[in-house]
Amino acid sequence: MTSVALKGLAGRKLRAFLTAIAIVLGVAMVSGTYVLTDTIKSAFDQIFAGSYKDTAAVITGKSTVEFAQSGSPTVPASVLAKVKALPDVQTATGQIFNLNDSSDYGKLIGRDGKPLGTSGNPTFAFGLDPDIGKLNPMTLTDGRWAAGPREIVIDSSSARQGHFSVGDTIGASVEGPIERYRVVGIAKFGSVDSLGGATIGIFDTRTAQRLLGKQGYDLIAVSARPGVSPARLVGELEPLLPASAQVKTGTEQAEASAKDIAEFTSFIQYFLLAFGVVALFVGAFVIFNTLSITVAQRTRELATLRTLGASRRQVRRSVLVEGLVIGLLASALGLALGVALAKGLSSLMAAMSLDLPKAGTVFEARTVIVSMLLGTIVTLVASIAPAIKATRVPPIAAVREGAALPKGRFASYRTAISLSVVALSMALLGYGLFADGIAAAPRLLSLAVGVLALFVGVALTASKVARPLASALGRPFARLSVSGELARENAMRNPQRTAATAAALMICLALVTMVATLGKGLVASDRDSLRHQVQADYVVTSKNGWDAFSRAAGDAAAAAPGVTVASSVRNEQAKVDGDEVRVDGIDPATIAAVHTYDWISGSNATLGSLGRDGAVVRQKWATSHGVGVGDRIAVLNPAGHRSSYVVRGIYTQPKFGQVDPVFGSIGISQRAFDSAFERPRNAYTFLNVRGGATPETTAALERALAAYPDAKVATRRDWVEERATAIDQLLNLLYVLLALSVVVSLFGMVNTLVLSVFERTREIGMLRAVGMTRRQVRRMIRQEAIVTALIGAALGLPLGVFLAWLVTRALSDQGVSFAVPGGLLVVFVVVAVAAGILAAIAPARRASRLKVLESLAYE
Amino acid sequence: MSQAIAYAEHSAIEALHAPGSPAVVTAAELRRRYGEGDTAVDALRGIDVEIAQGELTAVMGPSGSGKSTLMHLLAGLDRPTAGTVTIDGTEITRLRDAELTRLRRTQVGFVFQFFNLLPMLNVEENILLPLAIAGEKPDKAWVEALMRRVGLDDRRKHRPAELSGGQQQRVAVARALVSRPAVVFADEPTGNLDSRTGTEILDLLSEAVAEFGQTLVMVTHDVRAATIADRILYLADGRIVKDVGASTAAEIVAAVEEVSRS
Repeated sequence: MTSVALKGLAGRKLRAFLTAIAIVLGVAMVSGTYVLTDTIKSAFDQIFAGSYKDTAAVITGKSTVEFAQSGSPTVPASVLAKVKALPDVQTATGQIFNLNDSSDYGKLIGRDGKPLGTSGNPTFAFGLDPDIGKLNPMTLTDGRWAAGPREIVIDSSSARQGHFSVGDTIGASVEGPIERYRVVGIAKFGSVDSLGGATIGIFDTRTAQRLLGKQGYDLIAVSARPGVSPARLVGELEPLLPASAQVKTGTEQAEASAKDIAEFTSFIQYFLLAFGVVALFVGAFVIFNTLSITVAQRTRELATLRTLGASRRQVRRSVLVEGLVIGLLASALGLALGVALAKGLSSLMAAMSLDLPKAGTVFEARTVIVSMLLGTIVTLVASIAPAIKATRVPPIAAVREGAALPKGRFASYRTAISLSVVALSMALLGYGLFADGIAAAPRLLSLAVGVLALFVGVALTASKVARPLASALGRPFARLSVSGELARENAMRNPQRTAATAAALMICLALVTMVATLGKGLVASDRDSLRHQVQADYVVTSKNGWDAFSRAAGDAAAAAPGVTVASSVRNEQAKVDGDEVRVDGIDPATIAAVHTYDWISGSNATLGSLGRDGAVVRQKWATSHGVGVGDRIAVLNPAGHRSSYVVRGIYTQPKFGQVDPVFGSIGISQRAFDSAFERPRNAYTFLNVRGGATPETTAALERALAAYPDAKVATRRDWVEERATAIDQLLNLLYVLLALSVVVSLFGMVNTLVLSVFERTREIGMLRAVGMTRRQVRRMIRQEAIVTALIGAALGLPLGVFLAWLVTRALSDQGVSFAVPGGLLVVFVVVAVAAGILAAIAPARRASRLKVLESLAYE
Repeated sequence: MSQAIAYAEHSAIEALHAPGSPAVVTAAELRRRYGEGDTAVDALRGIDVEIAQGELTAVMGPSGSGKSTLMHLLAGLDRPTAGTVTIDGTEITRLRDAELTRLRRTQVGFVFQFFNLLPMLNVEENILLPLAIAGEKPDKAWVEALMRRVGLDDRRKHRPAELSGGQQQRVAVARALVSRPAVVFADEPTGNLDSRTGTEILDLLSEAVAEFGQTLVMVTHDVRAATIADRILYLADGRIVKDVGASTAAEIVAAVEEVSRS
């Protein structure tokens, strides 16, 4: 019996393949994600393991705050001398070198005058002395290490990209204007080709210290005398260190560094896996539908098996075996395709300025196991319902044409079941969105399951509305031609099948619509919030708009002709009562001219009284920390030093400011800031100019900043637009990832149409015999596909808007507004119709090529 | 061919000479009504019949006479509205699906008008399918004998699509016989064949009855087919209106005429 199922499958290779594709793509996404993230992780593991290979112990600064602008605190230079004096130490070297919590930034300038690399990637400036031998984390591929203030070593990928070789001169900007250096060497990390698009300039330690304004070192690498274990060395080093420093063995340090990266890669992993799961979910619908149709078409065959003595169980198993084999094959194919997809994903990320490091492709056992299991289980689950349907085929169907399947036990409850599924999904969504005080994991789970259940529920209900929908949506086609009339009838005659086909597309369209609607709401809210807060004519920010930039750049812009007000804002991460908080250093004299404070207590005059120890705080933060005017707050800086401030004023901001804050929660005077924080940098420099923003002024400001590649200037309008639409980049990524599911649903449509054409061979032959042209046959099939796609859109778009509305309601206290992106919705409908037309190409051709006589003879 | 006819004649004679054969299939007071209320149709209005062991029974009658319904009920493909059917001592009208399935494996074989072979299986696999389904080991000698008898020895690896209609039906006959069922039901076995290949199939069926003692019930409206029967049941309006022994073609034509007129 099993072999019958297998041979049957082998006899319908094309159909089996078309069915399998539905799962192949989802599995490919899953395995591709694993391969990609594993490869990234392994590249970093290699870098770190290689970096500390011959290093017995590593002394680094102890960060009290994560993601500080100024990076980890430095290790005082005095420590190095003490370390060197230890008898068990062979050599020790102070380095400016930090990949994780780095603040070692500097841009390499290409021959065209623009910085090398893509805009979003790290641009490192390191300091490594030439004579440190094995303690050097990097390896030279050409030339020698830099020695002296005018020499630089660059990474091999930048050298290749910018066409630089040893002996050339290259521009570099580190916390200041561009200066020129001689390239004396090319280096890289072990066997890793590219550090994810990062550019690296390596100076000698002293030069790097000077450029970056660092007093000490990022780390001190220590090698031990022969016979001294790393652990023993660490024990000896510990007593020498100040409180702001720590020591680890080289291995521990490599592991700790790798762990930080692993957190990042696992985030990417979950993010991408989610889209694989969505594609698999859509694929499950396709499998379900295709197998259902196949079972219906094999009624006679299944009935014959029953007359030959096959039990219901055997029939059920034969369908499940078919599902299992399709699942296994599809998973295996998907697994292989995933490796190719990993490369595609990597390019996709690169296109979104998220280059990832490249090294040898990593293919782990887990990738194989998860991909195979996921694909196979999804397929099997999707084939359960068709398998049960198959058992209801009565033996008498072997002799009687068109014997109807007896209804299942639950058929009469169908409506009730689908409505309960919808109700259950609503309950889950409501709980996930509106319940207070639940952890993130159960919240996300209830949301995810809720959305999936909603899709299933709507898909189940869809068979009830498919007929009237097909009738209404098909009417325009029916008016136009007889093909359209038939197409409409065809879409109407098996509403369950039409509904299931449309459901796959519905899911994709609902998700895309939800994303677009939420996106539009977020952009609109952000735009309003930013406009309300910032009044400056111009805003200077770092190139990517988010990082800090050098004070020198801000000063250069301030000095440009026509500038009437220049107000720089520093910022840094700090801690109050153990909670992270962003602290801004504002210029009390000028800030009110460029930024609006909505005072709860205090006024713009309060700013003038900040002095050395005054602070203004955001109301939300003040409330949650129980702080009022006159209270003292103790701020811990990244290096572990504490300073205390008195709250002088409390202000509020637009609700959406929580989501995209322009400023941190605590503002202190710039003077106070510069004395409390190491290496202060600017987040913004706001400028007012004589006569407002004009193209001439813009050009003048750009000229003033020409030597500072880390900074850029934008008019208020452009700055608001760019910052508010930054989310569009994420949306585009989501669209691309969701497109995969659309492709899956497209294959679902192809499947249904191919099977329908096969089923209607005789009918089509008859139509041809009574004078229908091939072109008319093609049009009939195509318009049926369009009607089906339109049903998917008619269900999916409102569903997506509804989901977005739900989310907006849940986020209402964040000031997220709800806006329906009308134009985009039209685009989605067009895409759906295009998908329908695309899906119909092959089936329509097949139908139009049927030979009239043969199709009529077909029994 | 002549040999096959000889077999047929022989079997007919033998059947006449063994009047006391036990009944393999029995129907009592069999009624079948389709639909309900005003639109209800009585397809069978009370049938009592016994099919003797080793006999070839033809069921004839005009369209709508209930001959197909009778076969479906006798074979356990459908359930009667009233009455009972017994096969080989088991009352099948009361059996649950699982028991019916077991019965089909051991007691019943089918030959269909449209052959109903599985297109992805080759000749040999199709023939052995009932045994495979039942999980039984084929009796090699018996299978070889069957294979030779149906004359497809050299085509055992062919797929149905590579065979002519007559060859396909021969495969179907072999499939029906392979599990040596108590009774084989043939539903218009020549209905989809030309007259020459139809004759081949009829020869094969009568051989099966004669040589292997196979009990066979055949629904047909093909006069030639009925000539190989040991007994012919004529149905009209859901009742048996005539129950006669082996007949000549002329006799059958006359009987059909008569039945249609009544």
